[in-house]
Amino acid sequence: MDQIVPAAHGLIAWLAIHVWGALGLLNQLPGELFALLVMVVVGALMLVFLSLLPLFFVWLERKLSARIQNRLGPMEVGGFHGWLQTVADTVKLLLKEDLVPAGADQRLFKLAPMLAVMASLAAFVVLPFSPWLIIADLNVGLLYVVGVGSIGVVGILMAGWSSNNKYSLLGAMRSAAQIISYEIPILLSLLPVVMLAGSLSTRTIVEAQAGFKWFAFANPFMPLAFLIFFIASLAELNRTPFDIPEAESELVAGFHTEYSGLRWSFFFMAEYANMFVSAAIATTVFLGGWYGPFAAGPLWFLLKCFALIVLMMWLRWTLPRLRVDQLMAMCWKYLVPASLVCAFGAGTWYLVINHLRGGTAGTFWFWS
Amino acid sequence: MSAPAALHPPAAVLEPRPTQVAMEGDEMVLSMGPQHPSTHGVLRIVLKTDGEVVKEAIPHLGYLHRCFEKHAENLTYGQVIPFTDRMDYLASMNQNFSFVVAVERLMGIQPSEREEYIRVIMAELNRIASHLVSFGTYGLDIGAVTPFLYAFRERELILDIFEAASGARLLYNYMRIGGVMRDLTPQMLDKVREFVEYFEPKIDEYNELLSFNRIFIERTASVGVLSAEQAIAYGVTGPNLRGSGVQFDIRRGDPYSIYDRFEFDIPVGQGLHGTVGDCWDRYYVRILEMRESVKILRQALAQIPAGELARRPKTVKPPKGEIYSRTESPRGELGFYVISDGTTNPLRVKARSPCFTAMSVFDELARGAMISDVIAIIGSIDIVLGEIDR
Repeated sequence: MDQIVPAAHGLIAWLAIHVWGALGLLNQLPGELFALLVMVVVGALMLVFLSLLPLFFVWLERKLSARIQNRLGPMEVGGFHGWLQTVADTVKLLLKEDLVPAGADQRLFKLAPMLAVMASLAAFVVLPFSPWLIIADLNVGLLYVVGVGSIGVVGILMAGWSSNNKYSLLGAMRSAAQIISYEIPILLSLLPVVMLAGSLSTRTIVEAQAGFKWFAFANPFMPLAFLIFFIASLAELNRTPFDIPEAESELVAGFHTEYSGLRWSFFFMAEYANMFVSAAIATTVFLGGWYGPFAAGPLWFLLKCFALIVLMMWLRWTLPRLRVDQLMAMCWKYLVPASLVCAFGAGTWYLVINHLRGGTAGTFWFWS
Repeated sequence: MSAPAALHPPAAVLEPRPTQVAMEGDEMVLSMGPQHPSTHGVLRIVLKTDGEVVKEAIPHLGYLHRCFEKHAENLTYGQVIPFTDRMDYLASMNQNFSFVVAVERLMGIQPSEREEYIRVIMAELNRIASHLVSFGTYGLDIGAVTPFLYAFRERELILDIFEAASGARLLYNYMRIGGVMRDLTPQMLDKVREFVEYFEPKIDEYNELLSFNRIFIERTASVGVLSAEQAIAYGVTGPNLRGSGVQFDIRRGDPYSIYDRFEFDIPVGQGLHGTVGDCWDRYYVRILEMRESVKILRQALAQIPAGELARRPKTVKPPKGEIYSRTESPRGELGFYVISDGTTNPLRVKARSPCFTAMSVFDELARGAMISDVIAIIGSIDIVLGEIDR
């Protein structure tokens, strides 16, 4: 014992000196390599965060739905309100038989869930949790997110087709039609935001909302744009009231009827990750990102995302679902014209106020 | 068809089975059931669809047939009663009621006053329970998961009362020829009073949550419209008939037991949110009927006399003859045609099932609807396969 303690002291001192020295060396790395290092570190952190996120949200959904339905939800597994329930379920799913239906297209069947997950994970790259906690601040960030999200549709279509099952096919077709249609209101409702911020980069958009100048209230058309974005992203996520593709009572489970075990959990994980991405985009562009009344940072970002996600879950357990033609009518007959009006209106507002202020350039919030 | 003749498989393999994909143009044959989350029981519906639109809907019944009528020929009248329970298992008391009324009419006897009131209380409570299930599962089919749990929360209280009275939660075997199995204690009656007070405001909650929800109305209004003429032509009865605007209820129109002593309205569908006779009307008639049942319960609880139960006949031997007797079950006109040959066993018991006639009009309702509407239509006609198949 008398020999170990000083030896330990010595080891810690040696480590401190050399690691600190190594960190100091980082200053001397060329700029690009440093940026790459940051990207890798933050990316790794993000990946860990992403793996735990769906676990937490599934647990939250079960508890929230239980409370709305006058029951308790998971209570046993892990002691405190069943917080380990999702872990237990995941382990169970891992142990299930890897079933590929006879007559199914093997390669497509196995590839589909991976595509779905990939699409949702790829969107995390541009989410600005805080000014430095962002994997890569692409200067076409917003466009990138919407573009990458569309890859998920390919995954769903592959799943439905390759399952060799009428119900899956029907579900996949409905789902593809729904997602592709609702991308238009999403894009159109993001247009006013881009106009206001003057950039597609997510970090710039958040920074333009400093000092409580949230874009959701930047002009009378923006709350409507926010609402349209929220509704359209519910449809993108296949959540009730737009969950016709997974309508249990009609098509058993839609496009993922034939999936079980880990493959199914990929789709599930993709849904919850996508939910987080939608909430994060809404927070970034409409709700002021990482800003808060005090101690601006990732905590506020997460809090706002959390609030939106709770709202999504609340709606799921309260509302019935729309029929597929009503769903499409809602998109094309109501949301698209409304979002066009928003985009027009926001632009006109900007022009008018700009003219009234004598043509001073720069973005502004409401009329200041 | 382009392969050389030598490679053609034998004719037996070439014949298409109705459940496989038969491609005639854009037509698709879809088999819903017999195991399906939305067909209320083991029902198989073969849908011929053109894309999303249904061209033909053929129900295949019989998956729950248990030879009730054949059994009845070999049992005494008292032994038939538990079998009636199992026909429409959600409204057991009403099934019992119908059968014992038929046999009592044949025998020309009547139970005591108190027993009549007990029967009415049980029947109306079961009507509420059955309509709660119908309401809850309809919401579930349309996609609203939560009302189902609220409906079952209320239903639990009713089942507790039934358990105290008869010993069972679902299949009660409570009524007997000439009376009921057991008297209700004052505590049980208090429980019923408590329930009635607790339950009435809940109906407003259900209306707020589901009935007047915009999305629910969009899904059910003007869907599956059943005109009054069609309904009468097919012999549809009960809430399905009243949803089409025809104000006919056997409790008022052909009263049995002591129903002529109670004041209650007969709600009909008025096309408030669409066309008269659509799914929403049929659904809303059931919600209104729950309120009327509460009214009847209040009056029955106020009027029930104290007293002993009458002595029931020890052996049930109706005189030779036949009778058709009908009562209003939560699903419509439940009739029993009993032929007696003077012995303790009936010669023939035929059960007229209201759900069976409601199912017969299903094909006409489903033509031209979309697949989602088919679900809405099945839920709105509120079928129980146990009664259809007997």
